[in-house]
Amino acid sequence: MSQIPADLHYTKSHEWVRSLPDGSVEIGITDHAQHSLGDLVFVEVPEAGRRLAAGDACAVVESVKAASDVYSPVAGEVVAGNAELAARPELINQDPYGQGWIMRLKPAAAGVAGLLDATAYAAEVAAAG
Amino acid sequence: MRKPEPLIFELSQPGRGATAQHPPVAQAELPAALRRRSRLPLPEVSELQAVRHYTRLSQMNFGIDTQFYPLGSCTMKYNPRVCNSLAMLPEFLGRHPLAPASTGQGLMSCLFELQEMLRNVTGMAAVSLTPMAGAQGEFAGVAMIRAYHRARGDTARNEIIVPDAAHGTNPATASMCGMKVREIASRPDGDVDLAALEAALSPATAGIMLTNPSTLGVFERNIVEIEKQVHAAGGLLYYDGANLNAILGKVRPGDMGFDVIHMNLHKTFSTPHGGGGPGSGAVGVGPRLAPYMPVPVVAKEDGRYRWLDERDLPQSIGRLSGFMGNAGVLLRAWVYMRVLGAEGMRRVAEYSTLNANYLLARLVEAGFEAAYPGRRASHEFIITLRRQARETGASAMDFAKRLLDHGFHAPTTYFPLLVPECLLIEPTETETREELDAFVEAMAAILREAGTDVATLKGAPYTMPVRRLDDVRAARQLDVAWKPAAA
Amino acid sequence: MPYIPHTAADVRAMLERIGVSAIEDLFDEIPQDLRVDALPGVPEAQSEMEVSRLAAELAAADGRRLNFIGAGAYEHHIPAPVWQLVTRGEIYSAYTPYQAEASQGTLQIMYEYQSMIAALTGMDVSNASLYDGASALAEACLMAVRAHRRSHAARILMPATVNPAWRRASRAITEGQGIEIEELPYDPARGVTDPQALARHAGTDVTALVVPQPNFFGQLEDADAMTRWAHGNGALVIGAVNPVALALIAPPGEWGEGGADIAVGDAQPFGVPLSSGGPYVGFMASRLEHVRQMPGRIAGRTVDADGRTGYTLTLQAREQHIRRGKATSNICTNQGLLMTAATVHLALLGPVGLERVAGACVARTAELVAALTGIDGIRCAFAGPRFHEAVLLLDRPVAPLLEALAAEGIIGGYDLSREYPELGHALLVCATETRTAADVGRYADALGRLLGRAAAA
Repeated sequence: MSQIPADLHYTKSHEWVRSLPDGSVEIGITDHAQHSLGDLVFVEVPEAGRRLAAGDACAVVESVKAASDVYSPVAGEVVAGNAELAARPELINQDPYGQGWIMRLKPAAAGVAGLLDATAYAAEVAAAG
Repeated sequence: MRKPEPLIFELSQPGRGATAQHPPVAQAELPAALRRRSRLPLPEVSELQAVRHYTRLSQMNFGIDTQFYPLGSCTMKYNPRVCNSLAMLPEFLGRHPLAPASTGQGLMSCLFELQEMLRNVTGMAAVSLTPMAGAQGEFAGVAMIRAYHRARGDTARNEIIVPDAAHGTNPATASMCGMKVREIASRPDGDVDLAALEAALSPATAGIMLTNPSTLGVFERNIVEIEKQVHAAGGLLYYDGANLNAILGKVRPGDMGFDVIHMNLHKTFSTPHGGGGPGSGAVGVGPRLAPYMPVPVVAKEDGRYRWLDERDLPQSIGRLSGFMGNAGVLLRAWVYMRVLGAEGMRRVAEYSTLNANYLLARLVEAGFEAAYPGRRASHEFIITLRRQARETGASAMDFAKRLLDHGFHAPTTYFPLLVPECLLIEPTETETREELDAFVEAMAAILREAGTDVATLKGAPYTMPVRRLDDVRAARQLDVAWKPAAA
Repeated sequence: MPYIPHTAADVRAMLERIGVSAIEDLFDEIPQDLRVDALPGVPEAQSEMEVSRLAAELAAADGRRLNFIGAGAYEHHIPAPVWQLVTRGEIYSAYTPYQAEASQGTLQIMYEYQSMIAALTGMDVSNASLYDGASALAEACLMAVRAHRRSHAARILMPATVNPAWRRASRAITEGQGIEIEELPYDPARGVTDPQALARHAGTDVTALVVPQPNFFGQLEDADAMTRWAHGNGALVIGAVNPVALALIAPPGEWGEGGADIAVGDAQPFGVPLSSGGPYVGFMASRLEHVRQMPGRIAGRTVDADGRTGYTLTLQAREQHIRRGKATSNICTNQGLLMTAATVHLALLGPVGLERVAGACVARTAELVAALTGIDGIRCAFAGPRFHEAVLLLDRPVAPLLEALAAEGIIGGYDLSREYPELGHALLVCATETRTAADVGRYADALGRLLGRAAAA
């Protein structure tokens, strides 16, 4: 059973969103997603300053057998991509909700409208699975 | 297990060389500013060292000549040796492609005849031999579809429909041609979902790419209906010839209503795969797309042969190679078709289908699950190991690796993507019943092993030059070129 | 039944096992009215002996001639071991090495080939080959557009001195993606890219500049200056090079300050016969930072479960079978057999042999040019250094002369009048290490006679 921290929000496409105290959000992929992709070998993170609409492809995660786009759960401007991941993509496998974060975003609007809470995401994963 | 073979660079000693291969020293006058500054880090080895090294490396390969190689959708059948020896006649080998056509009438007669034979076995209006591989044939096909719509001012048609079972090249090709890809679902019985197709068709539809028999190993029974729907919507039909072996001489893509097809000469017409190429992806077209064929094309006029180029076909999508495609591969296909003749073409379909259905029947008897039970196999079929994976933890990959220890190349694994834990198995017509029986025995033995000793199974292979390789390390710590220690 | 091993007893037993009475029953899912019973237009079967006789007669009718054309395909000596090794069944009849453990031979050869190409071009990484030089250049244009994130123009500057067939292929292959290929004129005196024509593009958004070396005329471009210009203007550099020449002249990795970004070409001169136009073998190398944008197969060195060195396909997530519509290219195969020929060829030549071949090419071409321009009415089109080809200007149309030479057993060169009409009666000639002084003399004598003039000494 994969980990689904209660304090985060989620998308059906397996991204998580953490609200940070300064009003920005941190985004990554879930434990379930990293597990189904397998050992990651490459991560492409967005450059700071890029503007994204909700649902835009903003990053790519690659394992040996699969490649997958990461979609921005909310609209906003990229504050930072996680540069660590270029050298250590395995951080996503080891710590998907911590050191494996992919980008930080300054959201265009406050709030988490349209996102799933942990219970709803857990139900999604269970249904798919 | 054999000793590892060092890299050719590791055999090198300064001052050594295969000196019989060196021409005499000549004075080359070149300005100093243009000269190479770094030394050339190529290996320095004797001729015997090189011959022994590459002979040993060859012995670390499975090939059709050494093993049953039932790789689905790849048609690994016997590559007749005569095809190679005739394509390597010194006159064909030594001919420069830009020498006057008057000096190449013999070669061009072979190529013209090949064009004609391919046109006839596929039921198309014309054939261009220039694409250098199946993927380039696909590119040519979609580029022609695009050119056709544009020439009619129908510029809004920018979508290519692809079934979810399709080979990855289909969507990749569509993207390369600037098209959007629309995937449609297959039904549980393997046929295209006609309702999904109808929903996907629109004024944006440029065409549909189909493989028939499909990559699910079954003949698309609704092909006539699909043809009607797509043409009625203003789209064209593209035939991916990956599985042409299954229907050669039995039914022709042109008669099914396809507007353009590519053939993999390295599959259906038995030219060698060569460890990954050269391929050859001749394209056939219906009347609507004939003006757009890639050039050059061989023409026969008043008993003489000449190359048609952009001046003869001004609407051509153009040139895809430096010269006229893979002439040497085309010659091999010509020899193959000549030896088989019309009757032999039909036998290809008949006996490849016989072998596939026999192997499927025997594997089902041995306890394996057909992915599409109740359907006839084409020249290939899929078994799914989902039950074994669930019950024993042994995956399709484990079966594939263990087959190597039994002396068989593995079938295609994990393709098509929509069948879980699948093996796509294509025995081809050139295998004996005894070979197929032995394969069934090996599969049955592995199945037993999955139940009794899955740990051993998951560690396979044990008899190859290496055991399972660390793919993750290969990608994370990229090492793709040897560098001299000093560098 | 050619190549089909089934006995009548086999067929009976197999049909029984399947549960049908005839092979025909296995096709019962195909709609009846689509079926064909005959294949008119396909000849009757012939035995191997008969087809061999036919092929030998057709080949003999074409005959063999003394060749002086290059123009993208070059005649070099091929060491006898090359094709004896390449046609070993374990290499000839293997597939793409998807099952790495059963394909270590192919994979290690790929790795050695990649190492050799990287060394020759002075680049960091190479793929395991592409179809040919023309399509490799097209793929390099697509790759440059993907790799250059800051350029939004998708615009490639392509000198007119690049092989015309390669330019045509580049257009045909990149057209669907809206890539703009703009041609750069050449300096009519030197036959190299006009620096002023390049300067006119300063300050515009250029994605990449193609630098041919040597160029189609055989002339050596100022690759350093072109590379500096491109990098100074924020463009990438694609070197389109003859790999034999790189034994002597600066490789793309040494151009300008940082070197070119991508290098492509045709490795046909390494062990691949002219064979009427193919199959050849395109090569592509690049700087490490662009490797994920590279198309085609790449082999990597890694370890197995016991820690032993082994080889496997790597970075496969770039490719069509995983990425589908988002792949870097639709390419599946490399040119495995020809890549193997090139690798064995280079192993046999080594650095000394390759340098000698390249040196002999320069020397033989200089002799050829001297002999032919010694004939009254023939002069050299361009001044300046060249590799193993040269453009000659004649005082009459070239095509009839080439036909007449062919009748005398000489393939005299490539007529440039269609691709470069501005040059007039221009002929591109080539001499590699395979041409002797006697060959050159024979050509000069024949041409002099046809022109009604004696060749000067």
